[in-house]
Amino acid sequence: MNAVAIEQYLHFAYIAAIVLFILALKWLSSPVSARRGVLAGEIAAALAVLATLNNPEVVAYKWILIALMIGAGIGIPLGMVKITAVPQRTALSHAFGALSAAMIGIAEYYEGLDHLTRFGMGEIALEVIIGSLTFTGSLIAAGKLQEILPQRPIVYKGQNIVSLSVLAAALVLAIALVIHPQHTALFVAMVIVALVFGVLLVTPIGGADMPTVISLLNSYAGFSAALLGFVLNSKMLIVAGALDGSSGFILSVIMCRAMNRSFTNVLFGAFGTVQTTAVKTEARPIRSASAEEAAQILDAARKVVIIPGYGMAVAQAQHKLRELYDVLSKRGVEVSFAIHPVAGRMPGHMNVLLAEADVPYDRLIEMDEINPEFPRTDVALVIGANDVVNPAARFTKGSPISGMPILNAYEARTVMVIKRSMSPGFAGIDNDLYYLDKTLMLFGDAKAFVGSLIKELNAVAAGV
Amino acid sequence: MPADFISNLYVFILAGFVGFELIKRVSPLLHTPLMSLTNALDAIVVVAAIIITGRHGTPLTTTLGAIAIAASFSNMVGGFFITDRMVRMFKSGGAKRP
Repeated sequence: MNAVAIEQYLHFAYIAAIVLFILALKWLSSPVSARRGVLAGEIAAALAVLATLNNPEVVAYKWILIALMIGAGIGIPLGMVKITAVPQRTALSHAFGALSAAMIGIAEYYEGLDHLTRFGMGEIALEVIIGSLTFTGSLIAAGKLQEILPQRPIVYKGQNIVSLSVLAAALVLAIALVIHPQHTALFVAMVIVALVFGVLLVTPIGGADMPTVISLLNSYAGFSAALLGFVLNSKMLIVAGALDGSSGFILSVIMCRAMNRSFTNVLFGAFGTVQTTAVKTEARPIRSASAEEAAQILDAARKVVIIPGYGMAVAQAQHKLRELYDVLSKRGVEVSFAIHPVAGRMPGHMNVLLAEADVPYDRLIEMDEINPEFPRTDVALVIGANDVVNPAARFTKGSPISGMPILNAYEARTVMVIKRSMSPGFAGIDNDLYYLDKTLMLFGDAKAFVGSLIKELNAVAAGV
Repeated sequence: MPADFISNLYVFILAGFVGFELIKRVSPLLHTPLMSLTNALDAIVVVAAIIITGRHGTPLTTTLGAIAIAASFSNMVGGFFITDRMVRMFKSGGAKRP
Protein backbone atom coordinates (compact mmCIF):
# COMPACT_ATOMS: atom_id res chain seq x y z
CA MET A 1 0.00 0.00 0.00
CA ASN A 2 1.34 3.41 -0.81
CA ALA A 3 1.41 6.28 1.64
CA VAL A 4 -1.70 8.01 0.31
CA ALA A 5 -3.76 4.82 0.58
CA ILE A 6 -2.63 4.29 4.18
CA GLU A 7 -3.58 7.83 5.08
CA GLN A 8 -7.04 7.23 3.71
CA TYR A 9 -7.46 4.09 5.78
CA LEU A 10 -6.42 6.02 8.85
CA HIS A 11 -9.48 8.19 8.40
CA PHE A 12 -11.69 5.18 9.06
CA ALA A 13 -10.01 4.73 12.44
CA TYR A 14 -10.67 8.40 13.19
CA ILE A 15 -14.31 8.14 12.14
CA ALA A 16 -14.74 5.11 14.40
CA ALA A 17 -13.15 7.16 17.20
CA ILE A 18 -15.64 10.01 16.67
CA VAL A 19 -18.57 7.59 16.89
CA LEU A 20 -17.16 6.13 20.10
CA PHE A 21 -16.67 9.62 21.59
CA ILE A 22 -20.34 10.34 21.08
CA LEU A 23 -21.39 6.98 22.50
CA ALA A 24 -19.11 7.57 25.49
CA LEU A 25 -20.99 10.76 26.37
CA LYS A 26 -24.34 9.13 25.70
CA TRP A 27 -23.57 6.29 28.09
CA LEU A 28 -22.34 8.68 30.73
CA SER A 29 -25.90 9.98 31.11
CA SER A 30 -26.70 7.47 33.86
CA PRO A 31 -24.61 5.79 36.58
CA VAL A 32 -25.82 2.40 35.28
CA SER A 33 -24.11 2.69 31.89
CA ALA A 34 -21.35 5.15 32.83
CA ARG A 35 -18.56 2.57 32.98
CA ARG A 36 -19.40 1.46 29.45
CA GLY A 37 -19.01 5.11 28.43
CA VAL A 38 -15.51 5.25 29.88
CA LEU A 39 -14.61 2.04 28.06
CA ALA A 40 -15.89 3.46 24.75
CA GLY A 41 -13.72 6.54 25.28
CA GLU A 42 -10.69 4.40 26.04
CA ILE A 43 -11.14 2.31 22.89
CA ALA A 44 -11.57 5.47 20.82
CA ALA A 45 -8.38 6.97 22.21
CA ALA A 46 -6.36 3.79 21.73
CA LEU A 47 -7.64 3.41 18.16
CA ALA A 48 -6.77 6.99 17.23
CA VAL A 49 -3.31 6.85 18.80
CA LEU A 50 -2.40 3.51 17.19
CA ALA A 51 -3.65 4.69 13.81
CA THR A 52 -1.60 7.86 14.07
CA LEU A 53 1.56 5.96 14.95
CA ASN A 54 1.11 4.23 11.57
CA ASN A 55 0.76 7.52 9.71
CA PRO A 56 3.46 7.56 6.98
CA GLU A 57 4.30 11.15 7.94
CA VAL A 58 5.63 9.83 11.24
CA VAL A 59 9.20 8.69 10.64
CA ALA A 60 11.05 9.24 13.92
CA TYR A 61 9.73 7.44 16.97
CA LYS A 62 12.36 8.10 19.61
CA TRP A 63 10.95 11.33 21.03
CA ILE A 64 7.39 10.17 20.62
CA LEU A 65 8.00 7.14 22.81
CA ILE A 66 9.96 9.09 25.40
CA ALA A 67 7.21 11.72 25.60
CA LEU A 68 4.49 9.08 25.82
CA MET A 69 6.31 7.46 28.72
CA ILE A 70 6.70 10.79 30.50
CA GLY A 71 3.01 11.46 29.91
CA ALA A 72 2.02 8.09 31.36
CA GLY A 73 4.37 8.72 34.28
CA ILE A 74 2.57 11.97 35.07
CA GLY A 75 -0.91 10.72 34.20
CA ILE A 76 -1.04 7.56 36.30
CA PRO A 77 -0.38 9.30 39.64
CA LEU A 78 -2.82 12.05 38.61
CA GLY A 79 -5.42 9.34 38.05
CA MET A 80 -4.83 7.92 41.51
CA VAL A 81 -5.26 11.12 43.56
CA LYS A 82 -7.69 11.09 46.47
CA ILE A 83 -11.27 11.93 45.54
CA THR A 84 -11.08 15.02 47.73
CA ALA A 85 -8.32 16.33 45.42
CA VAL A 86 -10.42 15.95 42.27
CA PRO A 87 -11.19 19.68 41.81
CA GLN A 88 -7.53 20.70 41.70
CA ARG A 89 -6.67 17.67 39.57
CA THR A 90 -9.35 18.71 37.11
CA ALA A 91 -8.03 22.27 36.94
CA LEU A 92 -4.54 20.89 36.37
CA SER A 93 -5.76 18.68 33.54
CA HIS A 94 -7.40 21.71 31.89
CA ALA A 95 -3.96 23.33 32.11
CA PHE A 96 -2.30 20.33 30.48
CA GLY A 97 -4.88 20.14 27.72
CA ALA A 98 -4.50 23.83 26.96
CA LEU A 99 -0.70 23.61 27.13
CA SER A 100 -0.75 20.82 24.61
CA ALA A 101 -3.02 22.73 22.23
CA ALA A 102 -0.90 25.87 22.56
CA MET A 103 2.38 23.99 21.96
CA ILE A 104 1.02 22.35 18.81
CA GLY A 105 -0.24 25.70 17.54
CA ILE A 106 3.17 27.29 18.15
CA ALA A 107 4.94 24.41 16.39
CA GLU A 108 2.55 24.76 13.43
CA TYR A 109 3.38 28.43 13.21
CA TYR A 110 7.13 27.84 13.04
CA GLU A 111 6.78 24.98 10.57
CA GLY A 112 4.49 26.93 8.31
CA LEU A 113 6.36 30.25 8.44
CA ASP A 114 7.24 30.33 4.71
CA HIS A 115 3.82 29.52 3.39
CA LEU A 116 1.36 30.89 5.94
CA THR A 117 -1.75 32.48 4.51
CA ARG A 118 -3.32 35.38 6.37
CA PHE A 119 -6.37 33.27 7.12
CA GLY A 120 -4.25 30.42 8.45
CA MET A 121 -2.29 32.89 10.56
CA GLY A 122 -5.51 34.23 12.06
CA GLU A 123 -6.63 30.72 13.02
CA ILE A 124 -3.28 29.91 14.62
CA ALA A 125 -3.15 33.23 16.50
CA LEU A 126 -6.63 32.74 17.96
CA GLU A 127 -5.90 29.13 18.87
CA VAL A 128 -2.61 29.97 20.57
CA ILE A 129 -4.14 32.90 22.51
CA ILE A 130 -6.96 30.76 23.91
CA GLY A 131 -4.64 27.84 24.64
CA SER A 132 -2.10 30.05 26.42
CA LEU A 133 -4.56 31.96 28.59
CA THR A 134 -6.35 28.74 29.53
CA PHE A 135 -3.01 27.19 30.49
CA THR A 136 -2.01 29.89 32.99
CA GLY A 137 -5.60 30.51 34.12
CA SER A 138 -6.07 26.82 34.94
CA LEU A 139 -2.74 26.71 36.80
CA ILE A 140 -3.90 29.60 38.99
CA ALA A 141 -7.25 27.86 39.56
CA ALA A 142 -5.46 24.64 40.51
CA GLY A 143 -3.20 26.62 42.87
CA LYS A 144 -6.20 28.17 44.57
CA LEU A 145 -7.97 24.82 44.91
CA GLN A 146 -4.82 23.20 46.32
CA GLU A 147 -4.57 26.22 48.64
CA ILE A 148 -1.07 27.07 47.48
CA LEU A 149 -2.60 30.40 46.50
CA PRO A 150 -5.16 32.26 48.64
CA GLN A 151 -8.75 31.25 47.88
CA ARG A 152 -10.19 34.69 48.52
CA PRO A 153 -10.51 37.07 45.58
CA ILE A 154 -7.37 39.16 45.06
CA VAL A 155 -8.47 42.56 43.85
CA TYR A 156 -7.09 46.03 43.36
CA LYS A 157 -8.43 49.26 41.96
CA GLY A 158 -8.69 49.47 38.18
CA GLN A 159 -8.14 45.72 37.89
CA ASN A 160 -10.70 45.15 35.16
CA ILE A 161 -9.23 47.94 33.03
CA VAL A 162 -5.75 46.45 33.36
CA SER A 163 -6.96 42.93 32.53
CA LEU A 164 -8.99 44.01 29.53
CA SER A 165 -6.11 46.12 28.20
CA VAL A 166 -3.85 43.09 28.35
CA LEU A 167 -6.42 41.05 26.40
CA ALA A 168 -6.75 43.88 23.90
CA ALA A 169 -2.95 43.93 23.51
CA ALA A 170 -2.96 40.21 22.69
CA LEU A 171 -5.66 40.75 20.05
CA VAL A 172 -3.81 43.74 18.54
CA LEU A 173 -0.66 41.60 18.28
CA ALA A 174 -2.74 38.87 16.61
CA ILE A 175 -4.04 41.35 14.04
CA ALA A 176 -0.51 42.64 13.42
CA LEU A 177 0.55 39.03 12.83
CA VAL A 178 -2.22 38.48 10.31
CA ILE A 179 -0.79 41.45 8.37
CA HIS A 180 2.85 40.39 8.86
CA PRO A 181 2.89 36.63 9.56
CA GLN A 182 6.68 36.43 9.22
CA HIS A 183 7.41 38.66 12.24
CA THR A 184 8.23 35.97 14.80
CA ALA A 185 8.90 38.59 17.50
CA LEU A 186 5.25 39.62 17.33
CA PHE A 187 4.25 35.98 17.77
CA VAL A 188 6.42 35.49 20.84
CA ALA A 189 5.05 38.73 22.33
CA MET A 190 1.49 37.58 21.65
CA VAL A 191 2.06 34.27 23.47
CA ILE A 192 3.56 36.03 26.50
CA VAL A 193 0.75 38.58 26.68
CA ALA A 194 -1.87 35.80 26.45
CA LEU A 195 -0.13 33.87 29.25
CA VAL A 196 -0.20 37.00 31.43
CA PHE A 197 -3.89 37.54 30.68
CA GLY A 198 -4.72 34.02 31.92
CA VAL A 199 -3.15 34.86 35.28
CA LEU A 200 -5.01 38.17 35.50
CA LEU A 201 -8.29 36.50 34.54
CA VAL A 202 -8.41 33.94 37.35
CA THR A 203 -6.47 35.62 40.18
CA PRO A 204 -9.35 37.92 41.23
CA ILE A 205 -11.87 35.07 41.39
CA GLY A 206 -12.74 33.66 44.80
CA GLY A 207 -13.07 30.06 45.93
CA ALA A 208 -16.86 30.03 45.95
CA ASP A 209 -16.91 30.88 42.24
CA MET A 210 -14.63 27.99 41.34
CA PRO A 211 -17.45 25.74 40.01
CA THR A 212 -18.16 28.31 37.30
CA VAL A 213 -14.52 29.11 36.58
CA ILE A 214 -13.46 25.49 36.33
CA SER A 215 -16.35 24.88 33.89
CA LEU A 216 -15.41 27.92 31.82
CA LEU A 217 -11.78 26.80 31.66
CA ASN A 218 -13.02 23.36 30.61
CA SER A 219 -14.93 25.04 27.81
CA TYR A 220 -11.89 27.10 26.71
CA ALA A 221 -9.67 24.03 26.73
CA GLY A 222 -12.20 22.25 24.51
CA PHE A 223 -12.59 25.12 22.09
CA SER A 224 -8.83 25.55 21.80
CA ALA A 225 -8.63 21.90 20.73
CA ALA A 226 -11.44 22.47 18.21
CA LEU A 227 -9.62 25.51 16.82
CA LEU A 228 -6.52 23.39 16.54
CA GLY A 229 -8.60 21.03 14.44
CA PHE A 230 -9.33 23.96 12.11
CA VAL A 231 -5.62 24.82 11.92
CA LEU A 232 -4.60 21.23 11.17
CA ASN A 233 -7.69 20.38 9.16
CA SER A 234 -8.48 17.49 11.47
CA LYS A 235 -12.17 16.70 11.75
CA MET A 236 -11.53 14.38 14.68
CA LEU A 237 -10.01 17.17 16.75
CA ILE A 238 -12.86 19.47 15.80
CA VAL A 239 -15.42 16.93 17.02
CA ALA A 240 -13.56 16.12 20.25
CA GLY A 241 -12.97 19.81 20.94
CA ALA A 242 -16.57 20.77 20.17
CA LEU A 243 -17.88 18.06 22.52
CA ASP A 244 -15.55 19.12 25.32
CA GLY A 245 -16.17 22.80 24.67
CA SER A 246 -19.95 22.49 24.67
CA SER A 247 -19.81 20.34 27.79
CA GLY A 248 -17.83 22.97 29.67
CA PHE A 249 -20.09 25.68 28.33
CA ILE A 250 -23.30 23.96 29.47
CA LEU A 251 -21.82 23.31 32.90
CA SER A 252 -20.83 26.97 33.25
CA VAL A 253 -24.35 28.06 32.29
CA ILE A 254 -25.81 25.67 34.89
CA MET A 255 -23.41 26.99 37.54
CA CYS A 256 -24.14 30.63 36.71
CA ARG A 257 -27.88 30.01 36.86
CA ALA A 258 -27.50 28.28 40.21
CA MET A 259 -25.95 31.47 41.54
CA ASN A 260 -28.21 33.83 39.59
CA ARG A 261 -25.18 35.55 38.11
CA SER A 262 -23.88 36.27 34.63
CA PHE A 263 -20.53 35.25 33.14
CA THR A 264 -19.34 38.86 33.21
CA ASN A 265 -20.28 39.10 36.85
CA VAL A 266 -18.30 35.96 37.72
CA LEU A 267 -15.27 36.99 35.70
CA PHE A 268 -15.17 40.66 36.54
CA GLY A 269 -17.38 40.99 39.62
CA ALA A 270 -14.98 39.55 42.24
CA PHE A 271 -17.69 38.16 44.51
CA GLY A 272 -17.19 38.88 48.17
CA THR A 273 -15.69 42.32 47.84
CA VAL A 274 -18.67 44.54 47.12
CA GLN A 275 -20.77 43.45 50.05
CA THR A 276 -18.36 43.67 52.99
CA THR A 277 -20.48 46.56 54.26
CA ALA A 278 -23.56 44.35 54.18
CA VAL A 279 -22.34 42.25 57.12
CA LYS A 280 -24.31 43.25 60.17
CA THR A 281 -22.39 43.37 63.41
CA GLU A 282 -25.40 43.47 65.75
CA ALA A 283 -25.75 40.29 67.78
CA ARG A 284 -29.06 38.55 67.14
CA PRO A 285 -30.26 35.80 69.45
CA ILE A 286 -29.57 32.24 68.38
CA ARG A 287 -30.38 28.86 69.89
CA SER A 288 -27.63 26.33 70.23
CA ALA A 289 -27.91 22.69 71.22
CA SER A 290 -25.69 19.84 72.36
CA ALA A 291 -25.17 16.60 70.48
CA GLU A 292 -27.41 14.83 72.97
CA GLU A 293 -30.36 17.18 72.40
CA ALA A 294 -29.86 17.06 68.64
CA ALA A 295 -29.72 13.26 68.68
CA GLN A 296 -33.03 13.09 70.53
CA ILE A 297 -34.73 15.24 67.91
CA LEU A 298 -33.19 13.19 65.09
CA ASP A 299 -34.31 10.00 66.79
CA ALA A 300 -37.91 11.22 66.87
CA ALA A 301 -37.83 12.35 63.22
CA ARG A 302 -39.36 10.43 60.35
CA LYS A 303 -37.82 12.37 57.49
CA VAL A 304 -34.36 13.95 57.58
CA VAL A 305 -32.70 15.89 54.77
CA ILE A 306 -28.96 16.43 55.00
CA ILE A 307 -27.56 19.46 53.16
CA PRO A 308 -23.82 19.17 52.57
CA GLY A 309 -21.60 22.02 51.39
CA TYR A 310 -17.94 22.79 50.88
CA GLY A 311 -17.42 22.71 54.66
CA MET A 312 -18.20 19.00 54.60
CA ALA A 313 -15.38 18.47 52.10
CA VAL A 314 -12.98 20.57 54.16
CA ALA A 315 -13.80 18.67 57.35
CA GLN A 316 -13.69 15.33 55.46
CA ALA A 317 -17.00 14.53 57.13
CA GLN A 318 -18.51 12.48 54.28
CA HIS A 319 -17.67 9.06 55.76
CA LYS A 320 -19.06 10.02 59.17
CA LEU A 321 -22.20 11.29 57.40
CA ARG A 322 -22.60 7.92 55.74
CA GLU A 323 -22.47 6.31 59.21
CA LEU A 324 -25.13 8.76 60.39
CA TYR A 325 -27.18 7.85 57.32
CA ASP A 326 -26.84 4.15 58.20
CA VAL A 327 -27.76 4.63 61.86
CA LEU A 328 -30.82 6.74 61.04
CA SER A 329 -31.97 4.48 58.19
CA LYS A 330 -31.71 1.47 60.45
CA ARG A 331 -34.05 3.21 62.87
CA GLY A 332 -36.61 3.72 60.12
CA VAL A 333 -35.85 7.37 59.42
CA GLU A 334 -36.05 8.37 55.75
CA VAL A 335 -32.80 10.16 54.98
CA SER A 336 -31.94 12.04 51.79
CA PHE A 337 -29.14 14.37 50.78
CA ALA A 338 -30.04 17.67 49.11
CA ILE A 339 -27.45 18.69 46.53
CA HIS A 340 -27.24 22.31 45.41
CA PRO A 341 -25.59 22.64 41.96
CA VAL A 342 -22.84 24.96 43.25
CA ALA A 343 -22.19 23.18 46.55
CA GLY A 344 -18.47 22.52 46.68
CA ARG A 345 -15.72 23.53 44.34
CA MET A 346 -16.76 21.98 41.03
CA PRO A 347 -19.92 20.69 39.34
CA GLY A 348 -21.00 17.42 40.97
CA HIS A 349 -18.41 17.71 43.76
CA MET A 350 -20.74 16.66 46.62
CA ASN A 351 -22.11 13.70 44.66
CA VAL A 352 -18.68 12.23 44.07
CA LEU A 353 -17.59 12.67 47.69
CA LEU A 354 -20.76 11.04 49.02
CA ALA A 355 -20.65 8.26 46.43
CA GLU A 356 -17.10 7.51 47.53
CA ALA A 357 -18.41 7.24 51.10
CA ASP A 358 -20.89 4.62 49.77
CA VAL A 359 -24.05 6.69 50.04
CA PRO A 360 -26.39 5.17 47.40
CA TYR A 361 -26.83 7.63 44.54
CA ASP A 362 -30.62 7.44 44.62
CA ARG A 363 -30.43 9.22 48.00
CA LEU A 364 -28.63 12.22 46.45
CA ILE A 365 -31.43 14.52 45.36
CA GLU A 366 -31.16 17.61 43.16
CA MET A 367 -32.42 20.99 44.26
CA ASP A 368 -35.58 21.14 42.14
CA GLU A 369 -36.66 17.67 43.24
CA ILE A 370 -35.99 18.07 46.95
CA ASN A 371 -37.37 21.58 47.46
CA PRO A 372 -41.06 20.53 47.48
CA GLU A 373 -40.16 17.95 50.17
CA PHE A 374 -38.95 20.42 52.80
CA PRO A 375 -42.40 21.29 54.27
CA ARG A 376 -42.79 17.56 55.01
CA THR A 377 -39.28 17.27 56.45
CA ASP A 378 -38.81 16.93 60.20
CA VAL A 379 -35.15 17.88 60.32
CA ALA A 380 -32.98 19.68 57.77
CA LEU A 381 -29.37 19.11 58.82
CA VAL A 382 -26.99 21.65 57.25
CA ILE A 383 -23.34 20.64 57.18
CA GLY A 384 -20.80 23.08 55.80
CA ALA A 385 -23.29 24.81 53.51
CA ASN A 386 -24.15 28.45 53.98
CA ASP A 387 -25.18 30.73 51.14
CA VAL A 388 -27.11 27.96 49.36
CA VAL A 389 -29.59 27.77 52.28
CA ASN A 390 -29.80 31.51 53.05
CA PRO A 391 -33.46 32.61 52.85
CA ALA A 392 -32.21 36.16 52.18
CA ALA A 393 -31.70 35.02 48.58
CA ARG A 394 -35.46 34.66 48.31
CA PHE A 395 -36.87 37.27 50.66
CA THR A 396 -34.40 40.12 51.10
CA LYS A 397 -34.48 42.56 48.22
CA GLY A 398 -31.06 44.06 47.61
CA SER A 399 -29.15 41.22 49.24
CA PRO A 400 -26.01 40.42 47.23
CA ILE A 401 -27.32 36.89 46.71
CA SER A 402 -30.87 38.02 45.99
CA GLY A 403 -32.50 35.82 43.36
CA MET A 404 -30.05 32.93 43.77
CA PRO A 405 -31.95 29.61 43.84
CA ILE A 406 -31.64 28.06 47.29
CA LEU A 407 -32.51 24.85 49.09
CA ASN A 408 -35.61 25.63 51.16
CA ALA A 409 -34.19 24.34 54.43
CA TYR A 410 -36.12 27.05 56.31
CA GLU A 411 -39.36 25.21 55.50
CA ALA A 412 -38.38 22.14 57.51
CA ARG A 413 -39.92 21.73 60.99
CA THR A 414 -36.50 21.88 62.63
CA VAL A 415 -33.27 23.13 61.12
CA MET A 416 -29.91 22.07 62.50
CA VAL A 417 -26.73 23.76 61.38
CA ILE A 418 -23.34 22.29 62.20
CA LYS A 419 -20.86 25.13 62.11
CA ARG A 420 -17.57 26.07 63.71
CA SER A 421 -18.62 29.59 64.68
CA MET A 422 -20.99 32.32 63.60
CA SER A 423 -18.61 33.70 60.95
CA PRO A 424 -20.35 34.53 57.66
CA GLY A 425 -19.94 32.44 54.49
CA PHE A 426 -17.91 33.07 51.36
CA ALA A 427 -20.26 35.77 50.17
CA GLY A 428 -19.73 37.54 53.49
CA ILE A 429 -23.46 37.74 54.12
CA ASP A 430 -25.19 37.01 57.38
CA ASN A 431 -27.48 33.99 57.12
CA ASP A 432 -31.05 34.63 58.30
CA LEU A 433 -31.59 30.90 58.63
CA TYR A 434 -29.43 30.82 61.77
CA TYR A 435 -31.75 33.17 63.65
CA LEU A 436 -35.05 31.39 63.07
CA ASP A 437 -36.85 30.07 66.14
CA LYS A 438 -36.76 26.55 64.78
CA THR A 439 -33.04 26.60 64.06
CA LEU A 440 -30.57 24.89 66.38
CA MET A 441 -26.93 25.79 65.97
CA LEU A 442 -24.62 22.88 66.63
CA PHE A 443 -21.18 24.36 67.20
CA GLY A 444 -18.14 22.24 66.47
CA ASP A 445 -16.06 20.54 63.81
CA ALA A 446 -18.39 18.88 61.29
CA LYS A 447 -16.72 15.48 61.41
CA ALA A 448 -16.38 15.37 65.20
CA PHE A 449 -19.95 16.59 65.73
CA VAL A 450 -21.47 14.03 63.39
CA GLY A 451 -19.39 11.44 65.26
CA SER A 452 -20.93 12.47 68.58
CA LEU A 453 -24.41 12.50 67.03
CA ILE A 454 -23.88 8.88 66.01
CA LYS A 455 -22.66 7.99 69.50
CA GLU A 456 -25.69 9.65 71.11
CA LEU A 457 -28.09 7.94 68.70
CA ASN A 458 -26.56 4.57 69.50
CA ALA A 459 -26.84 5.36 73.22
CA VAL A 460 -30.55 6.17 72.76
CA ALA A 461 -30.96 2.87 70.93
CA ALA A 462 -29.21 0.93 73.69
CA GLY A 463 -31.35 2.61 76.33
CA VAL A 464 -34.63 1.55 74.71
CA MET B 1 -11.95 31.92 2.72
CA PRO B 2 -10.46 28.45 2.17
CA ALA B 3 -12.86 25.63 1.24
CA ASP B 4 -11.48 23.49 4.07
CA PHE B 5 -12.57 26.09 6.56
CA ILE B 6 -16.17 25.88 5.40
CA SER B 7 -16.35 22.09 5.64
CA ASN B 8 -14.64 22.23 9.04
CA LEU B 9 -17.23 24.74 10.17
CA TYR B 10 -20.02 22.33 9.19
CA VAL B 11 -18.41 19.64 11.32
CA PHE B 12 -17.86 22.00 14.23
CA ILE B 13 -21.44 23.27 14.31
CA LEU B 14 -22.92 19.77 14.03
CA ALA B 15 -20.61 18.35 16.69
CA GLY B 16 -21.43 21.29 18.96
CA PHE B 17 -25.15 20.51 18.62
CA VAL B 18 -24.65 16.81 19.25
CA GLY B 19 -22.57 17.70 22.29
CA PHE B 20 -25.23 20.08 23.56
CA GLU B 21 -27.98 17.45 23.27
CA LEU B 22 -25.83 14.74 24.88
CA ILE B 23 -24.53 16.80 27.78
CA LYS B 24 -28.01 18.09 28.64
CA ARG B 25 -28.98 14.48 29.35
CA VAL B 26 -26.08 13.74 31.67
CA SER B 27 -27.36 13.42 35.23
CA PRO B 28 -26.03 16.17 37.55
CA LEU B 29 -24.91 13.27 39.74
CA LEU B 30 -22.17 12.66 37.21
CA HIS B 31 -21.04 16.19 36.43
CA THR B 32 -17.63 15.66 37.98
CA PRO B 33 -16.90 12.45 36.00
CA LEU B 34 -18.34 14.20 32.93
CA MET B 35 -15.69 16.87 33.23
CA SER B 36 -12.87 14.38 33.65
CA LEU B 37 -14.14 12.21 30.78
CA THR B 38 -14.48 15.07 28.29
CA ASN B 39 -11.03 16.12 29.38
CA ALA B 40 -9.66 12.69 28.55
CA LEU B 41 -11.46 12.72 25.18
CA ASP B 42 -10.05 16.16 24.49
CA ALA B 43 -6.57 14.72 25.04
CA ILE B 44 -6.97 13.22 21.57
CA VAL B 45 -4.92 16.24 20.42
CA VAL B 46 -2.06 13.88 21.23
CA VAL B 47 -2.42 12.57 17.66
CA ALA B 48 -1.50 15.99 16.26
CA ALA B 49 1.42 16.17 18.67
CA ILE B 50 2.61 12.72 17.54
CA ILE B 51 2.68 13.82 13.90
CA ILE B 52 4.56 17.03 14.69
CA THR B 53 7.13 15.20 16.80
CA GLY B 54 7.54 12.27 14.42
CA ARG B 55 8.07 14.08 11.13
CA HIS B 56 11.35 15.66 10.13
CA GLY B 57 11.05 19.04 11.76
CA THR B 58 13.40 21.45 13.46
CA PRO B 59 14.64 20.76 17.00
CA LEU B 60 12.24 23.52 18.12
CA THR B 61 9.11 21.92 16.67
CA THR B 62 10.17 18.45 17.86
CA THR B 63 10.59 19.79 21.39
CA LEU B 64 7.25 21.60 21.33
CA GLY B 65 5.61 18.46 19.97
CA ALA B 66 7.16 16.26 22.66
CA ILE B 67 5.94 18.60 25.42
CA ALA B 68 2.48 18.47 23.84
CA ILE B 69 2.56 14.65 23.74
CA ALA B 70 3.54 14.40 27.40
CA ALA B 71 0.90 16.93 28.50
CA SER B 72 -1.99 15.45 26.52
CA PHE B 73 -1.08 11.81 27.06
CA SER B 74 -0.98 12.39 30.82
CA ASN B 75 -4.52 13.78 30.53
CA MET B 76 -5.60 10.79 28.50
CA VAL B 77 -4.20 8.17 30.88
CA GLY B 78 -5.08 10.03 34.09
CA GLY B 79 -8.46 11.20 32.84
CA PHE B 80 -9.80 7.78 31.88
CA PHE B 81 -8.32 6.26 35.02
CA ILE B 82 -9.94 8.68 37.46
CA THR B 83 -13.25 8.78 35.57
CA ASP B 84 -13.51 5.01 35.82
CA ARG B 85 -12.67 5.15 39.52
CA MET B 86 -15.37 7.75 40.09
CA VAL B 87 -18.19 6.12 38.12
CA ARG B 88 -17.50 2.80 39.84
CA MET B 89 -18.23 4.48 43.18
CA PHE B 90 -21.82 5.27 42.24
CA LYS B 91 -23.94 2.47 43.64
CA SER B 92 -27.70 2.32 43.78
CA GLY B 93 -29.55 1.65 47.02
CA GLY B 94 -30.14 -1.94 45.99
CA ALA B 95 -26.45 -2.78 45.71
CA LYS B 96 -24.87 -4.55 48.68
CA ARG B 97 -22.12 -2.74 50.48
CA PRO B 98 -18.99 -4.70 51.37
